[in-house]
Amino acid sequence: MTESTTTETVQSIIAELKDKPGALLPLLHGIQDALGYIPENSVPAIAGGLNLSRAEVHGVISFYHYFRDTPAGKHTVHLCRAESCQSMGSNALEAHVKNTLGIDYHETTADGLFSLEPVYCLGNCACSPAMQIGEEIYGRVSAESFDEIINDLGVEA
Amino acid sequence: MSITVYISGDSTAISIGANRTAAAVVKEAAQRGVEINLVRNGSRGLYWLEPLIEVVVNNERVAYGAVKPSDVASLFDADFLNGGQHPLALGSVEEIPYFKKQQRLTFARVGITDPISLDDYIAHDGYRGLKNALASSQAEVVKQVTDSGLRGRGGAAFPTGIKWNTVLNTPSEQKYIICNADEGDSGTFSDRMIMEGDPFVLIEGMTIAGLAVGANQGYIYLRVEYPHAHKALNAAIAKAYQANYLGDNIQGSGKKFDLEVRLGAGAYVCGEETSLMESLEGKRGLVRFKPPLPAISGLFGQPTVVNNVISLASVPIILDKGGDYYRDFGMGRSRGTLPLQLAGNLKHTGLVEIAFGMTLRELLYDFGGGSASGRPIKAVQVGGPLGAFVPESQFDTPLDYEAFAANWTVLGHGGVVAFDDTANMAEMARYAMEFCAIESCGKCTPCRIGSTRGMEVMDDIINNVDREKNVVLLRSLCDTLLNGSLCALGGMTPYPVLSALNHFPEDFGIDG
Repeated sequence: MTESTTTETVQSIIAELKDKPGALLPLLHGIQDALGYIPENSVPAIAGGLNLSRAEVHGVISFYHYFRDTPAGKHTVHLCRAESCQSMGSNALEAHVKNTLGIDYHETTADGLFSLEPVYCLGNCACSPAMQIGEEIYGRVSAESFDEIINDLGVEA
Repeated sequence: MSITVYISGDSTAISIGANRTAAAVVKEAAQRGVEINLVRNGSRGLYWLEPLIEVVVNNERVAYGAVKPSDVASLFDADFLNGGQHPLALGSVEEIPYFKKQQRLTFARVGITDPISLDDYIAHDGYRGLKNALASSQAEVVKQVTDSGLRGRGGAAFPTGIKWNTVLNTPSEQKYIICNADEGDSGTFSDRMIMEGDPFVLIEGMTIAGLAVGANQGYIYLRVEYPHAHKALNAAIAKAYQANYLGDNIQGSGKKFDLEVRLGAGAYVCGEETSLMESLEGKRGLVRFKPPLPAISGLFGQPTVVNNVISLASVPIILDKGGDYYRDFGMGRSRGTLPLQLAGNLKHTGLVEIAFGMTLRELLYDFGGGSASGRPIKAVQVGGPLGAFVPESQFDTPLDYEAFAANWTVLGHGGVVAFDDTANMAEMARYAMEFCAIESCGKCTPCRIGSTRGMEVMDDIINNVDREKNVVLLRSLCDTLLNGSLCALGGMTPYPVLSALNHFPEDFGIDG
């Protein structure tokens, strides 16, 4: 996406959502849904549109774990670290995932295919350990099933 | 006539292959030239049997599970569409003891109806509560809820009727109903199951709440980790608007109620009601001081009801059958039913809605079937990441808010996570501090700083650096968090930490 289309996208989302009560979160979601992240240079436009200071907008973006200010890889693996998944071996799975992808949390693989983020519960605790990639949720994830899923996605890409 | 086949569209069922099974059934039916009517229902909540298939045979539902795509051809060979025998045949779900022993009030329709069919909802007693509410005065509706004994199912267990009454009696041009659907506790998924499996019951409950207290705007604050629930809610809300169950003139009454879903953004603390309201207002989710109570000055400074999904979803049946009906379930001051969620290292994980009063042991063994790994259950964490670890010696505690509190444990939102004897409770205590550090909103010092210091102290204890001294320090730090934090995040992190320390000192390398 070129810089001018990015600016246009941001502007149209601001125009569409700015009059909602408490518009900032819906607006940030809109931008992240469209662009995959919230570019730092969109902050002044958002602040202007909502009559907020840039510091306020930046403060909100940085407060919420879900919002990101850099592009993610093609697929973001959200791996659950919470208690239920731990009780079913997610610590070992976590080590396997990091080792397989060669990255730590909040990082992206060199080929740009995968980003890794921790998540604290996907509500999939009846089938732990769990992870989410895009809108797909996976339960009872093992090292083997993880490799399979990742291979399939890698081929797709 | 085509045969109706139910395969769950619940996200946990999907996470273990329900979509693949459904696709295989559709494909096989087409190949064999059989006409089927596939309905993606919610989950019955017996997750070890998912992906579950139910077929309507002579107006009865016959179940098969757990069905892998590779089982589908043999099911057709066995004529499962007419209830044929097969190794995966389960008979009627309602006769499976796990299900039969339950008392499903709030979850009456989940796993049975098509979640986003309004006709199905109405055919299964939906919107009867709203009808009664429209025929009653506001005070009468609030009285029914008060009489039912319903207490906040989000975890704090505050009486719902009292909250509503405060909002009703606080004059204002604008009031709000907020549904707290930021179900962030590990081991909990009942809110998700309602929103995916019966979204209309939540919409109806919120509409009744709006009419009762005089609020014409509702928000569902939904966590972003629930994309399936988001879709189901939006689809159901659109249908409710079309049929005048939402909007300017609800069922011709001239009364107005609008409803919108707002997404959170991965902050656990936004499940705390004041932080949630800050977030809805478009700000950082910093916890507010109380008072003022949200019921007096909440969202945008207006009187606001903030209730959990299960609390609101329990309102329609209370208004349909009366507060007394609901109150007749339960024990002591814990009235009605609690949808418990069995999670983690258990054989039979899933949803168990039952009247308060059963013991934790019955829940873990009679329903849960013991650990999934086959090893002894060492501890269970009840009530999410801020709940205490309950040792085996306390498994006979009845599931009741007061009985749990008497043990310094927490029933909370009813999530139960079991750990077998491979779990190291010192590591779990460290994790509790780490989680608090990651999720702290940063407003109060005990939580913001205390959690990080707690992690360091736990590291020292685990690594045997001045262990005895650091255990004393850990207790002192927990005391500060307990008594000095602004909200339950810092205030309850000591529950898992101290319960781990008190019940499993050997994991900390000390004598009891």
